[in-house]
Amino acid sequence: MASLQPLTALGKREATAVTHGPLTITERTDVALASVAARKGRMADLSAAAQKAGVPLPGPATHQAGIPYSAFWVAPEMWFVEAPHATHELIADLLKSALGDAASITEQTDAWVAFDLAATDLAPLLERLCNVDFPAVPNGYATRTVMEHLGVYLVKHGPGAARLYGPRSSAESLLHALETAAHSAF
Amino acid sequence: MIIHHPILGPRDAQEFVYLGDASLIDRPDGMTAGVEAFHDYLYQRTNPAGEHQELWYHEQGDRSWLVVTRNTVTHEITKVELARDVARARGRTK
Repeated sequence: MASLQPLTALGKREATAVTHGPLTITERTDVALASVAARKGRMADLSAAAQKAGVPLPGPATHQAGIPYSAFWVAPEMWFVEAPHATHELIADLLKSALGDAASITEQTDAWVAFDLAATDLAPLLERLCNVDFPAVPNGYATRTVMEHLGVYLVKHGPGAARLYGPRSSAESLLHALETAAHSAF
Repeated sequence: MIIHHPILGPRDAQEFVYLGDASLIDRPDGMTAGVEAFHDYLYQRTNPAGEHQELWYHEQGDRSWLVVTRNTVTHEITKVELARDVARARGRTK
């Protein structure tokens, strides 16, 4: 039987970490991801099931952290749910059994590359990359935006902490864009 | 141009894609309404100098369809609604 080695979005065995001045970009390979969308007319059922299962379903443009499930809003009646990969690798199956047929659930883990951005202040970096007013939005703000023509999700955890989900097939390009902007900003 | 998204607040117009006249919502039943009605739906558009209802898609955002009421002369946007709510208000179920 073939012995297969899992590779990260950047084609490596281990997650990549890049430091540039005060900025650290850390690839996160330990996050399992799935999308949850309420089926037509089933929002009340989904809310009840999610509450029972401990899956947060935060309001528009927000991220809500929790253990084991965190989630952020992506569209009306649709969320992305995060969980630790080590315990929730089969996140779609776990959510499916927890939420039943009130929601349509899609595995998303390997569709995205996740980067954690850390610096004292991320504003100079992000204002070069996207049109989100990062200093103005509150902690826990989550939105879809565009960086270097790539549709990404940006989650603000603090003035100097954010997570970025970008298309996995463009992981190198997104990292390159981040590094280029970092050279300019810091 | 800024579009005031009913859920997400003010958003830059570059995040949106323009589709056209919001009368596209009122598609006649192609099997029963007759050829004339469908022809008009497909090809006839009014081109008002003034208030116009348009469909915009929040492509780089939450992917919702919006009905934007815009003055084609002044470009002033007077109303932004979710297309879903507009369609439901007109008796559509989806």
